Amino acid sequence: MHELSLCESLLEIIEEQARVHHYRRVRTVWLEVGRFAGVECDALRFSFEIVVCESLANGAKLEIIDIPGCGWCFDCGAEVLLEDCFEICPRCGGTVQITSGKEFRLKELEVE
Amino acid sequence: MCNVCGCGQDAMAIGTHPNEHVPHQHDHEQHPEACEEHGHHHGTEPQQGRERDAGHHDYGATPARAHAPGLSQARMVRIERDILSKNQALATENRRYFAARGIFALNLLSSPGAGKTTLLVRTIAALGGQFPMAVIEGDQQTTEDADRIRQAGVAALQINTGKGCHLDAHMAGRAARSLGLQRQSLLFIENVGNLVCPASFDLGEAHKVVILSVTEGDNKPLKYPDMFQVAEVLLLNKVDLLPYVDFNVEHASAAARRLNPGIEILPVSTTRGDGMEQWIAWLFQRRADFLHRLSAKTAIGR
Ligand SMILES: Nc1nc2c(ncn2[C@@H]2O[C@H](COP(=O)(O)OP(=O)(O)O)[C@@H](O)[C@H]2O)c(=O)[nH]1
Ligand SMILES: [Mg+2]
Ligand SMILES: [Zn+2]
Ligand SMILES: [Zn+2]
Ligand SMILES: [Zn+2]
Repeated sequence: MHELSLCESLLEIIEEQARVHHYRRVRTVWLEVGRFAGVECDALRFSFEIVVCESLANGAKLEIIDIPGCGWCFDCGAEVLLEDCFEICPRCGGTVQITSGKEFRLKELEVE
Repeated sequence: MCNVCGCGQDAMAIGTHPNEHVPHQHDHEQHPEACEEHGHHHGTEPQQGRERDAGHHDYGATPARAHAPGLSQARMVRIERDILSKNQALATENRRYFAARGIFALNLLSSPGAGKTTLLVRTIAALGGQFPMAVIEGDQQTTEDADRIRQAGVAALQINTGKGCHLDAHMAGRAARSLGLQRQSLLFIENVGNLVCPASFDLGEAHKVVILSVTEGDNKPLKYPDMFQVAEVLLLNKVDLLPYVDFNVEHASAAARRLNPGIEILPVSTTRGDGMEQWIAWLFQRRADFLHRLSAKTAIGR
């Protein structure tokens, strides 16, 4: 399962940052997850619990911040909100360049 | 140590990880003790903008408790790191490694059984040793594919990812380095059969090649958009089976172009040989462009 390896990468960053910011325990993890990040939130929560259970983030709460899909139309310049990443411009039918929605980012931690 | 392949002891491989420690350079490294001491300054002050009047310090919004003896201090730490940033940094390093040696690398993506290995075997035969070649084979379990490539007369390295569902830049970089690639090689990387996440893991390749076989259905592009968005070329494979399956080439092509207007689409049959000249021509053209860009860059660098 893909979310499992993503959680391993996430834990790696959390462990690295522990040396930088001198924390011993993580209580809450804020993750930004874009609509088109290809990440399934239920699978993510499930994997997170498994991956962190023997680490400094054991029992940490996972807070997911949803990032909507946005795009910019090449043809008419409109900024549009996207449901799907292959949508055409609702104003002119033009090709839309995705400007947000692919995020998968560790934003902030609550630590001690 | 690396969580992906556990190669922590390999000092050489570690040395090739760029940026592994760079983002950590931060003032606190210089004074860790001091930092322990004033740890609470980072997070337990009232939030800015909440102190609307001097007589009101709102601690309610922050998780930290005041200095109650025996209670630990919680604080907030801003990180702002892409989860895939580490992979990206390693991919950039691989790309530099390839560029320095004129190695043209292609990353092959498809669902299991779409025909990646068959395509490679046929391509190796068609190129007939015109330039040095090597193959990295990604698979969860077996080593069959690497054996098929070696039988075709080309060096191959098998990576078994176990439960891992994609190759990452770290695995690909180690594999490439241990293959001892000659200058100006053509390197094929056959990714793990999976239409989802290999799209998000840059390996440092020049281009991604996506293979869709006509037995999979012409709505695949819209179901798995990422793969088709990141690829430079789409090979529609197994066209010899078109008379027997319900697959509309026009529908599939239109869907792929909707996702990626610039994508090149080549119908092929890697068993019967249809479309192989076009594919080989694409390879030659893109490799020549790649080498040309490199020499232009070094000329500017001089
Ligand atoms: N009919 C037909 N079968 C093909 C073609 N290309 C591959 N195959 C078959 O599809 C199966 C899977 O091919 P393989 O190259 O191992 O797929 P991979 O998993 O993507 O590497 C094999 O049995 C191939 O013989 C093709 O163009 N036409
Ligand atoms: Mg294969
Ligand atoms: Zn428009
Ligand atoms: Zn490793
Ligand atoms: Zn994966």
